Parts: sequence; structure tokens; C-alpha cells
Amino acid sequence: MDAAAALERLREISSQVRAAVIFERGGKVVGSTFADDQRAKDVAEEAEALLTEAEQRRDAGGEAAEFAQLEVALQGGSVFVVRDGDRLIAATTQPEPTVGLVFYDLKSCLRDLDTAAPPKKRAAPRRKPASRAKKTDAKS
Amino acid sequence: MRSRNVLTGVLLGAGSLAGTLLFRRRLARQRERVDVYFGDGSMVSLAKPGEAEPLLRRARRILELAN
Repeated sequence: MDAAAALERLREISSQVRAAVIFERGGKVVGSTFADDQRAKDVAEEAEALLTEAEQRRDAGGEAAEFAQLEVALQGGSVFVVRDGDRLIAATTQPEPTVGLVFYDLKSCLRDLDTAAPPKKRAAPRRKPASRAKKTDAKS
Repeated sequence: MRSRNVLTGVLLGAGSLAGTLLFRRRLARQRERVDVYFGDGSMVSLAKPGEAEPLLRRARRILELAN
């Protein structure tokens, strides 16, 4: 499934997500819900900087486990960043979202990218008209 | 008469206690914070203004860009 299709599906399943950007480490935007590419790039850059700062907090604690996901709760809404392999998704929601559900939907969106699009239903093959064998006369 | 006064006092006390609890819960919900989850299942929650502020600032910027 491509990024546009995965984001479209995300918007269908999650009414809480307002906007989302899928990107790779380094800031390369894979897809977004924004019409403006520059805005998507800016959001990806800010999200990556946010992620780097969050990882530094962990490193300061002496352990170095990989980042998985984060939520920043603000009065005007929440910001989520979720990682799956090399890909990341940053999303914004309304204030006080259902955190677990949003994380699940964002992770599913990233996983959809790796899966092939479901094949379109093929029309049932037409049956060949049964060839009628000429009735042969039993006598002949 | 006396028992009625006691009942009124108890009701007022219970009401104000419930109000305080609701107010505090709402205030706690509105508090801005950062929750970071790691691959090993651990989580770091940053809520103190000093440690969370740089991340909150970036998140505010993302919200601004998204709106």
C-alpha cells in the first residue's frame, strides 16, 4: 500500500487524527495529509527534532533502548510520533484523545505501508457454455 | 432542628470535597506533559516545566503548522 492510501485509511479509521506526516529519519517526507509539501516537510523536521530531544532524555538516564513512540499533551491538542523500523509518523489530534487508540491506529498506518494493497476482486470467470454434444441416436 | 443542621453540614462538606476532587482531576488532565515510550517497554514522563519545556515548544510549533 502506498503512503497516500495508508493515510487515507488512517483518516477513515481514526476520527481523532487531524493531520499526519509519514517520514524517514533525515526528514524525507514519504506522504502527508497536507496539501502543502513545504508544510509537511516543516512538520517532519520539527517531529524529528522532537524525537532527538526525547531520545536524549533517555540517554541521560544511562540506558539506550530504541525509541518507540511519544505523546506530547498540550492544551490545544496532542502531538504523537510513532516509529516502525526506519519509518516514522507524526500526527496531531484534538485535546485529550484516547491515547492507546491513536498509538494503535498510527502503528497500523505504518505497517500498512509494508503490506501489498489488497487485490481487487476479480470478476468471476465466465463459464464456457457447455458444448452440447449432438444427441446420437441410440440406434445408429 | 439540631439533626437537620448536622445533615446540612455533612452535605455541604461532602459537596465541597467532591468539587475539590473533580477540580484537581481536571487540572491534572490539563497539565501539559511529554510521555516517551521505548522499545524495551519502558516509559519516561516529563511534566516538570524545566525538563519538558524544550519538547513542549517543538510540539506547539507542530500544532501551529498543522492548524
